[in-house]
Formats: sequence, structure tokens, C-alpha cells
Amino acid sequence: MGYTVAEKILLDHSDADRVEPGQVVMVRCDVVLANDVTGPVAFRQMEKMGTSAVFDPAKVVMVADHFAPAKDERSAILIKRLKDWSLEHGVVFYDQGRGGIEHTLLVQEGWVVPGSVIVGGDSHTCTHGAMGAFSSGLGSTDIAYCLVFGEFWQAVPGTIQVTVSGEKGHFVTGKDVILAVISQIGAGGGTGNVLEFVGPGVQSLSIDERLAVSNLAVEAGSETGIFPADDQTAAYLDGRTDKVWQPVHSDPDASYSRRIAVDFDRLGPLVAKPHNPENVVPVSEIVGTPIHQVVVGNCSNGTMTDLRQAAEMVKGKRVHERTRMIVVPATQEIYRQAVAEGLVDILVAAGASISTPTCGPCFGGHTGALAPGENALATINRNFKGRSGSPEASVYLGNAYVAAAAAVAGEVVNPAEVAS
Amino acid sequence: MIAAGKAVLVPGTNIDTDVLYPGIYLNIDDPEQMKPYLFEGLDPALRDQLDGDTVLVVGENFGMGSSREHVPLAMKAWGVRCVVGSSFARIFYRNCINLALPAITCPDAVKAAKPGSQISVDAAAGKVTVDGREFTAAPVPPFMLEMLERGGLIPWAQHKLAQT
Repeated sequence: MGYTVAEKILLDHSDADRVEPGQVVMVRCDVVLANDVTGPVAFRQMEKMGTSAVFDPAKVVMVADHFAPAKDERSAILIKRLKDWSLEHGVVFYDQGRGGIEHTLLVQEGWVVPGSVIVGGDSHTCTHGAMGAFSSGLGSTDIAYCLVFGEFWQAVPGTIQVTVSGEKGHFVTGKDVILAVISQIGAGGGTGNVLEFVGPGVQSLSIDERLAVSNLAVEAGSETGIFPADDQTAAYLDGRTDKVWQPVHSDPDASYSRRIAVDFDRLGPLVAKPHNPENVVPVSEIVGTPIHQVVVGNCSNGTMTDLRQAAEMVKGKRVHERTRMIVVPATQEIYRQAVAEGLVDILVAAGASISTPTCGPCFGGHTGALAPGENALATINRNFKGRSGSPEASVYLGNAYVAAAAAVAGEVVNPAEVAS
Repeated sequence: MIAAGKAVLVPGTNIDTDVLYPGIYLNIDDPEQMKPYLFEGLDPALRDQLDGDTVLVVGENFGMGSSREHVPLAMKAWGVRCVVGSSFARIFYRNCINLALPAITCPDAVKAAKPGSQISVDAAAGKVTVDGREFTAAPVPPFMLEMLERGGLIPWAQHKLAQT
């Protein structure tokens, strides 16, 4: 019996002679990541383990993004601890103004290559599956163990094969692909599995869009969402990384726990209604819902592709007087590129607020919280109750076209209506 | 290992990490200081039931969402000895195992438990007892059992460091 991509990568990164779903193996990490929330908790756990030695500082990355720029003294202390620890241990530290939102940043900076294993103290570490890697979001005690030993325990997951086919329509993006998947299998439907995306439709998903797809794999309970490396992956990595890599593909006789399909020919823009990402409906079903805040950004949809889509919708128009629009370029490099392309001018002229790269408005940490009774349409990954401020607020998830169109209309609207 | 305590019921399916411990309180890294915010987005009154040895009884896909270890750290700081559930989200489950907080899958026990029920859990035997009635739990894989019995990933790491 052949292996899936996930099984091949785990076999390659463990001492096992063979692997099968459910088997627990120790897996070696190529990259260990943490942030200002999960890093300091991990450092405490490391101290309890009785060591401060890092297995390989060149494989460790720390990013200040959740409470950065520090919203208060307590946040400033955590960020300082992250920075001090990084300097002390000789690991790479991305401070505000030098990096951005961790997952978009690490992909952009060439940390992640196909066939590698990346673990992060952040559930959206699943994003890196977009690069053909095995990526896993872990808690802080796991991260502490990884920092010391460079490995983690892993029950080999099953693989759900997602075949994408058809012609992608206008205003349909990677976000809609993953919302369709979550809708099909449910918020817990991917537990114990990774998603693997194959089929002719994958070609029409750029790396930016694949990042959005993989980013929400955890919203289906999955460990990661893997795009086996192809020409687009290779072109993206060219000049970005010195790491040596080989594409990894599943064997023809690999065993899957489930097979599902997403057909672009039958896929329009989708939204996930409050308070669970599995509450997916076509945009048309909730047209007219008033929207008080729009957020374009975060680790799923803060890429150049998203900013271009948002700017396309608002160009020459004004954000509706009912609505606040916040745009968060995911990294400093994306921010600069958006300035260079004139996107920032278009967005600011329309009445949008542009934020420095931060996770703040996504997880309700700072800069962009919602009041009771307010509705938000955001390109983020979670619409849990209270996720972005008040528990009496409602968050709808959608792609950047859908979000920016709602900003102009002040309510949920089919993007085609704003574009015309 | 045997874990026992008084049942506190956390009803509902897909209870996420954000309601269990809202994001705004994530700038805390000391478990003792996390205690006042456990269940804050779900039902703060649940904290009033946390008095001594406690077994939380939870529904399907409990703990979905974030990797924030603040949830099980705060649970442990409150005296939660075990979580018995219908099913668990991946990262929450492994965080529990790493902290030696047994997360036991036993839907029948969840159905049988009432507020204040006396619950004891024998992870190795795969048994959950609710007010004297015994239920069979989903088997805990050997690796996870060993992790629980050794006291979690920190003693596991200490042991490994002592060997090298």
C-alpha cells in the first residue's frame, strides 16, 4: 500500500520504518515557531523542564504579532520577553515594523519548503500546508519540548482527499473553496486527518489563495491542508529560499479516509454565518444584512491578492457611512507593495483605515473590536461568539471581494453588484 | 491513573477556545492569573461550581479552535482533574495530555452525568464511573496513557534530559 503526502513526510522525519494512521511517532521539526502569546508560556514550561538550551537556534523563529504594537503594559512585557529570549538564544525574532503576521511572513521569507515539517504555537500553523509541507499547530508545552529536543509526538493522521475541478468564476477565491469544504464535513469533520488538495482546479489557485485554503483547515478540525508542490510552488520559492527541497506527492495506491470534491462550476462566493465557520451559505442568501465593520486582513487573507481584490471593489467609491473598513496588510513587505501599487491610496481615499500588520482585530485582542449588536464581515478565519469583541456582536466570514463590497454597500451584497 | 471529582457540566457542541478563554486575556502567561477568565465568554457562573476536585463533562468537538494552552492551564489551576467528553478537538486534546489532564472520550458517561455527580475515571482500564454506574470509554492509546502516567510532557522531558 502506498503513502499519502502527509505519511511520506512523517516517515521521512521520524525513525519509523513504516507509518499508518493512528500510530504515534516522534517527528523531527525543520522550523519551530511561536509568538508573543504562546512563546512566553512555552518559555515557562521550558524552565520547568530544567533547561534553557535550544536544539538548533537556526530552526527557531519568534514573531511579535498578536498584541503588537503592544496595546498595554502587560502586552509590552510579553513582547519584551519574546524579544529578550530570542536575542539570548540567538534565534530569529521579527519585531513590529520588520515582519508581520507570522504565517504569511514565514512563507514570504522562504522558511517553509515542500516536504518539510513546521510546528507553531498557533493553531493557524496549518497555513504552511499550502507550500506542500506538514504543518501542525501545537500548544505551548509542545512548543517548549520542540525548542529543547526539536521533535514532537504525533499520531499519524488519515488523509481526506479534496478534488478541486471546474472553472473558477469571478469573485470566487480560495476562501470559498475551504468554506465549501468546512460546510461539507463540518467543524469537527476533519479531526484526526489532514486535507490534501488535488485535481485540475488547484491550478487556478495562486499561492496566496492556497494560503487561505490551508489556513482554515483547522476550522474543519484538520491538522493541516496540503497542496502537493507544483510549478507555482517552485516559481514562488525561486529566489526566496536556500533550502533544498523535493516535491512530495501521494502514491497512486495511497489510502484515504475520505474523498470529497469541490467543483468551481457550481461554486459562487460563500459566507460563514455566526458563530461557527461551518454555517456556510451562498452570499445571496443573506444579502441585505447590515454590516458595521469590514476587516480585510489576517493570516488567511491579508495577501497582495486580497488587497488587490479589496481595492478593485472600492476604487472610486466611498465606504458606506454605516460601516468602518479596516485593512491589515499581513506583512511589512505586502504593505510596501500595496503602497507602490497605489492600493493604499485607493483604500484610504474610500475611507478605509489601514493598520500595521497585526493579529489584533481578528482575535479580538485590540484595534477593531465590535460593540454589542454590531455585525462584521471579515476575511478572517473564525466567527466564534465574542471572537472579535462583544459576545453580542456577529461575525460573518467571506473573501476579500465579498468583504469590500459590503463595505461599499453597508450591507451584505453580491460583489458583482458593486463592481458593475 | 485514577482521576476523580465532582461533575461540572459544560453543555453544548463545538464549544470553542474563544468562549472558554477569550482572546483579550491572552496577554497573561501565569496560570494562576488565568483562572478568573476561564469560561468568561461562555458562562462565567460556571466558575462558581469549581470547588475542589472537579471533572468537567463536555459535548462533541470540545475545545475547537485556538492552540491557546490557557484553557487547560486555567482548568488545572482551578482543580479540574479530568475532562470527560463526547469528542475533543485535536489541539485541546493534546494540550490536555501534555499537561497530564486526562481527556477521556465516553459519550455514555456524558449522557449519564448530572451536576454534582461523583465521577471517577480509570484511563488505563478505559472505565468511567458516574454515581456508581460504570461506562466503557474509548481506549486511550498506549503512548498517551504513558504520557498521563508519567505526569505529562514536562516530567517526560526531565526524564529524557536526565538520560542524556
